[in-house]
Amino acid sequence: MKQQPLVSLKDIKKHFPVGSGLFGKKNHFVKAVDGVSLDIYPGETVGLVGESGCGKSTTGRMVVGLSDPTGGEIYFEGKKLNEYKAKKSLGKNLQMIFQDPYSSLNPRMTVADIIAEPLVLHKVGTASERRKRVDELLERVGLASYHGNRYPIEFSGGQRQRLGIARALALQPKLIVCDEPVSALDVSIQAQILNLLKEIQNDMGLSYLFIAHGIQAVKHISDKIAVMYLGKIIEFANKEELFENPRHPYTKALLSAVPHPDPKMRNRERIILTGDLPSPANPPAGCSFHTRCPVAMEQCKRIDPNLLPTSKQSLTACLLFEDKVAN
Amino acid sequence: MSIGTVFKRLMAERLAFFSFIFLMVLVIISIIAPFIVPYDPIEQDLMKVMASPSAQHWLGTDELGRDIFSRLLMGTKSAIQAGLFAILIPLCIGVPMGILSGYLGGVVDDIFMRIVDGIIAIPAILLALGITGALGISLWNAMIAIGIVFTPQFARLARGQTLQIRSEPYVEAAKISGAGAGWIMLKHIIPNIAPPIVVQASFNLSFAILVEASLSFLGMGAQSPQISWGNMIQQAYSMINMNAWMIVYPGLAIILTVLAGNFLGDGLRLALDPKYRKT
Repeated sequence: MKQQPLVSLKDIKKHFPVGSGLFGKKNHFVKAVDGVSLDIYPGETVGLVGESGCGKSTTGRMVVGLSDPTGGEIYFEGKKLNEYKAKKSLGKNLQMIFQDPYSSLNPRMTVADIIAEPLVLHKVGTASERRKRVDELLERVGLASYHGNRYPIEFSGGQRQRLGIARALALQPKLIVCDEPVSALDVSIQAQILNLLKEIQNDMGLSYLFIAHGIQAVKHISDKIAVMYLGKIIEFANKEELFENPRHPYTKALLSAVPHPDPKMRNRERIILTGDLPSPANPPAGCSFHTRCPVAMEQCKRIDPNLLPTSKQSLTACLLFEDKVAN
Repeated sequence: MSIGTVFKRLMAERLAFFSFIFLMVLVIISIIAPFIVPYDPIEQDLMKVMASPSAQHWLGTDELGRDIFSRLLMGTKSAIQAGLFAILIPLCIGVPMGILSGYLGGVVDDIFMRIVDGIIAIPAILLALGITGALGISLWNAMIAIGIVFTPQFARLARGQTLQIRSEPYVEAAKISGAGAGWIMLKHIIPNIAPPIVVQASFNLSFAILVEASLSFLGMGAQSPQISWGNMIQQAYSMINMNAWMIVYPGLAIILTVLAGNFLGDGLRLALDPKYRKT
């Protein structure tokens, strides 16, 4: 029997209106997210990578209900996300860890108040029970209960990110959206935080949607990786498959940009993309990547490829593979 | 950061420390003035008109033989009352307007901000004169007028700060956990926008005292026999050809109070800065 996905994005879109025409009619849109479909199963980590401005953070924000999609639907355990929002039970199931460990904690609240906030909002337990839970959470993320009375300013970036994780864990959610949670941290601290997230996942069996701009950052933690380009997923595959056999030219370019630890490999062929990322307000016709694609064909300018299975473990949106699938 | 820490930091700034002490002394004087004045400030002694400073009359007497020192002490009450009351109005009306405007946006924002723009378009003193003219001339009405004049500044400041705070990730974290507008404004926005508003209030405290004095000088504020530094200056001004000294005392009192308010504001700004370093 096929397992039911925990979260299911069905062709979600987020179009932001820019400017307005005569008589206040909105006539121009930035297509930040333009038809993303993605399933996340219980206990797995899906990495979402792409350049700045490709819509990956917007997708993450829609998953936790911070922003409403302008098209498509998000399902959580088979029910529409809006139902959870209406019942105010979204926070019990979905939480988020933010990129900036400094602005994600209210500087005027004590650490204990910050971590207990989701509990208070969901009226969980009495004040002393909540304090006990805060102590447990602090220990769970590698801090001590006496840290509870301090203010965020007294902590380092890595410690603050641990506090953010503790807050996200307070209500024992089933999915945590991690929006570049380590990109603001020192390299040495990054590994600690990634390991902590992994440990927590093993203990609690929760899922992560792990957003990052570098493909290397999600390699360690992800089971599957989705690559986004200009508001669309262009390749979605198992981690092993994606790294060993990348199909989409964009994924190949991303992988070839990763520095190789072996000096002998330094002379390997590098794919260097030329040109700038096109504006999502005015995306190119046909395949959105054709303006920078090293292997673009004539029909790429006309036909927008669909995300189709290219093996058991992978989906690719590229005309190079659409023919093979058809055959 | 607790209030205790802020106070300790404030007291470490020398100018702010002296300003704070000075203003506290003024507040105490404004309360106990009626009990400590050496003479009845409205009692006339026509035998001793415009006397020079002496052991009996420390600062001399005015054109009706009233003790200037006593009058100065009594004038403190008007000044402090005007200052405090005039910043209470924008704090209670302007700040909530600004927070709602910034947080809710849309129609609420449009309506509140157009009202504020309308008030700002009229010069402050003119507006204050108009309001006292409409409400009737008294010190209380002058204070209401000053409060209304200050409201736009506080509304705009609160709105700007709210706009900044409402998109902070910690607010978004609270939203994910199901926090409503009330919770976010109370727990996240107000504590974080308070520091710049406190600083603004301390600057406006001294400005309010100045405006109260100006209104009283123009005859739109405190009315005789009520004493204000402003109408003391006005009386002294009419006698300036005969005794130029009389105008100096209330003038000096106003200058020192305004300076103290400004120094306190500067000190508060430093003390409330999370990146504070003792210089």
